[in-house]
Amino acid sequence: MLTALLIMAGIAVVLGAALGYASIRFKVEGDPLVEKIDAILPQTQCGQCGYPGCKPYAQAVANGEADINQCPPGGEEGIRKLADLLGREFKPLSEEHGVEKPKSVAFIDEQTCIGCTLCIQACPVDAIVGAAKQMHTVVEPLCTGCELCVAPCPVDCITMEPVAETVETWKWKYPVVEIRKAS
Amino acid sequence: MSVRLFSFHGGVKTDGHKHESCGTPIRSAPLPGRLVVPLRQSARAASECLVVAGQKVFKGERIGAPVGVLGTAVHAPTSGTVVAIGDHLMPHPSGLSTLAVEIEPDGEERWIEHAPFDWQQSSRAEALAHLRDCGLVGLGGATFPSHVKLGTGSGIHTLILNGAECEPWITCDDRLMRERAADILVGARILRHLIGAERLLIGIEDNKPEAIAAMRSACAALPGAEVVVIPAVYPAGGEKQLIRTLTGIEIPYGRLGGEFGVQCFNVGTAHAVYRAMEHGEPLISRIVTLTGNVDQPGNFEVLIGTPVEDLLALAGPRRADTDRIIMGGPMMGFALPDLHVPVVKASNCLISASQKLFPSAPPEQACIRCGSCARACPAELQPFEMYWHARAKNFGKAQEYHLFDCIECGCCSYVCPSHIPLVDYFRFAKSEIWARERDKNAADQARERFEFRNWRQEREKEEKAAKLAAKAAETRAKLAEGGEASDSPAAAAAEDPKKALVAAALARAKAQKAAVAPKNTEGLSSEKQAEIDEIERRRRELGLDAPPSAADDAPQKTEARDA
Repeated sequence: MLTALLIMAGIAVVLGAALGYASIRFKVEGDPLVEKIDAILPQTQCGQCGYPGCKPYAQAVANGEADINQCPPGGEEGIRKLADLLGREFKPLSEEHGVEKPKSVAFIDEQTCIGCTLCIQACPVDAIVGAAKQMHTVVEPLCTGCELCVAPCPVDCITMEPVAETVETWKWKYPVVEIRKAS
Repeated sequence: MSVRLFSFHGGVKTDGHKHESCGTPIRSAPLPGRLVVPLRQSARAASECLVVAGQKVFKGERIGAPVGVLGTAVHAPTSGTVVAIGDHLMPHPSGLSTLAVEIEPDGEERWIEHAPFDWQQSSRAEALAHLRDCGLVGLGGATFPSHVKLGTGSGIHTLILNGAECEPWITCDDRLMRERAADILVGARILRHLIGAERLLIGIEDNKPEAIAAMRSACAALPGAEVVVIPAVYPAGGEKQLIRTLTGIEIPYGRLGGEFGVQCFNVGTAHAVYRAMEHGEPLISRIVTLTGNVDQPGNFEVLIGTPVEDLLALAGPRRADTDRIIMGGPMMGFALPDLHVPVVKASNCLISASQKLFPSAPPEQACIRCGSCARACPAELQPFEMYWHARAKNFGKAQEYHLFDCIECGCCSYVCPSHIPLVDYFRFAKSEIWARERDKNAADQARERFEFRNWRQEREKEEKAAKLAAKAAETRAKLAEGGEASDSPAAAAAEDPKKALVAAALARAKAQKAAVAPKNTEGLSSEKQAEIDEIERRRRELGLDAPPSAADDAPQKTEARDA
C-alpha cells in the first residue's frame, strides 16, 4: 500500500518537474495565433480596420476584440481564410470599414507637388521618396495602395491608379464550362 | 557505336500531319511593309530600348539591351527607320500588349558591321556574352536564354541535339535539318565545345527519314557525334523525355538535366549559334511552318517582327472556314487573340484551324476516374487528382501532387474520354499559385518595411529624448556655475529636463531684456536731446503715453503672446 503511494507520488513529482522544466525551456515568445492571423492579412497597413496596422488588428482578432470582416484589402478571400483559421462562420465584409477595391498604387502628380513631405510622413512602408521643397515620387513596387498619403496632401496631387495587368502578372482564367442552350 | 534506347512513360500516338508542309523547301518570306519587334520576346525577360523614334537602324543593329540574368539582346531584323516605340499586342494567350519597336524597312537590307567570332581562341565567358548579345534563345518554343543554359561549362558529359519535333503539323526543324545539316552540326560542335561535353547525340523521330539521312551524312565528319532514331511518340521531344529515351537517365522532380550531366538544345538553336559564331549575325529570323487549312502550306524563313497577318497571306488566301489561327502546335499552342501580332523568337508554327481539322471539344463531362490521363502522362503524374484540387481551387493539394512537374504537353486532355480540358485547369492553378507567391512576397516586404519604420520612429524618439537630456544636464551645470542653483526652476530641472530648458531659456530672455537698452539714448548732443524733449512734450500734449503701435492695433496679438 505504502509502496504504491510512494511510487505514484514519485511519478507525480518527476512528471511535474519535467513539465515545469519544459514550460520554461520551450516557452513560446508571443502569441503564435497572432502570427498566423498576421500572415493572412495583406500587410497594406492601411488602418481601415480601425487599428494602426495589420499586426495590431491581428492582435485584436486573436483577443476577440475585433471581428474578422474588417479588412477591405484582404477581401472576401481573406475573410474566408481567417474564418477557416479561427473556426468561425464566414461573414461578408463589414461596410463601415470600406469596400474591396482592385489593387492600386499611389501616383504623385509631380507638376503639382510642392514638396511638403506630409505624404512621406504618412506612408507606413516608406514607399515615397523626396525631401522638403523637393519633388516627391512613389516607389511603385513598394506601394501597398493603403491610400494613407492621399488625405494629408495639401494640394491634392496624389491619386490612386489601379495596377494594370501585364504579361508577367497575367493569369490563366478558370476554365469556364459553357452551358449550351437546349433547343 | 550504337545507342540503347529507353522508353518514357505514357505519351500518345498522334496523327503527324507532317507531309502537308514538309515537301517544299524553305522559302524566304518577303520583306513586310512594317516590322514590329517586341522588346519582351517572352513573358520571362524584357529588354531595355536602345533606339528612339525616327532613328535609322541597320540590319542586325541592337535595339534592345539585355536586362537581368535571363535577358538577351533584341536586334533590328532589317535596315530602315524606327517609326514608333510603343505598346503593341504580343503573341501571348493573354492578348496583352508590350513595348515594341516599329521599324519601316527601307528595302536595302544594309547590314551593320559584323564579324565572325573566334570561339576557339576566346574564353568561355566572352563566347557566352557574345551569344547573349546576339539574342540567342532556345528556338524549340520555350525561348530560354542559351548563354544561361550553357551554364558553368563543367559536369556535362552529353550534349543532346533535339530534332524530335514531336508535335503534329510542325515541320520547321525537319526542313532545317534536311537543308542545313552541315550548319547545324557546326553549331552543335560550338555548343559542345562551350559546354565541355564529349558526347553529342542527335535525337530525331523516325517519321523524318530525309532529315535523318541528311544529318547522318553531315555527322560522319564529326567524331563523337551520333544520330539516334527514336520512335515517334508524342512528346518524345520534351526535354526530360528525350533525355530518358537517349540516355536512360530519369530526371527527378524539380531538377534539371544539367544536374545529371546532360543538356539539351534544339536543332534550330544550334543553327542560330552557327550564324552567331561563324558569321557574327544576331538572331533576327527563324523558320516558321505555315500549315493547316491553307492552300500552300510550307516553311518560311521569317524575320522576327513580321506581322502574322502578312505571313499568313504567303500560304494563300484565307479560306472561309478558317475560324482561328493557332501559334505553336495543336497540342501545346494557343489560339491567337488577334492577327496583328508579330512573329517572335518562339513562334515555330502557325496553323490555320477549321472546324473540320480541329473540331471544338465536346462539352466537358464529369471525371469518371478511368485513369487514362495517368497512363498517358509522360511526367508520371496523376492528372485526375491534380484536376480535382485545381478545380476546387485547393492549390496546396494540387502542388502536393507535383503540379509544377506538369509540362503542359496536353496528353491527358487528348485521351480524356470526358473531354475535360485538364491542361487548362493546370495552367490556371499554376498561374494562380504564382500570383499568390507574388502577393505573399509583397506582403512580407511590406510587413518588414512597416516594422522597420516603426522601429526607426521609436529610435528617433529615443535619440531626441537623449539629446534633450544631455542639453538639460549642460544647462544645469551652467546654472550651477552662475550661482543660481538654489532657485526654484533649477530644482524643478532636476526632475524634468524639458522644464529645465524652459527655465533656462526664460532666465536668458530676462537677462537679455535687462541688458538691452536702446543704444541711441547714450551720449546725445544737446540739440538732439532738445529735439527729443520737444517730441516728448508734443506727445504728452496729445495724450499719448505709450508708442501707438502697441497700444491700438494688436491687443489680441499681445494676449496671444502672453498666453
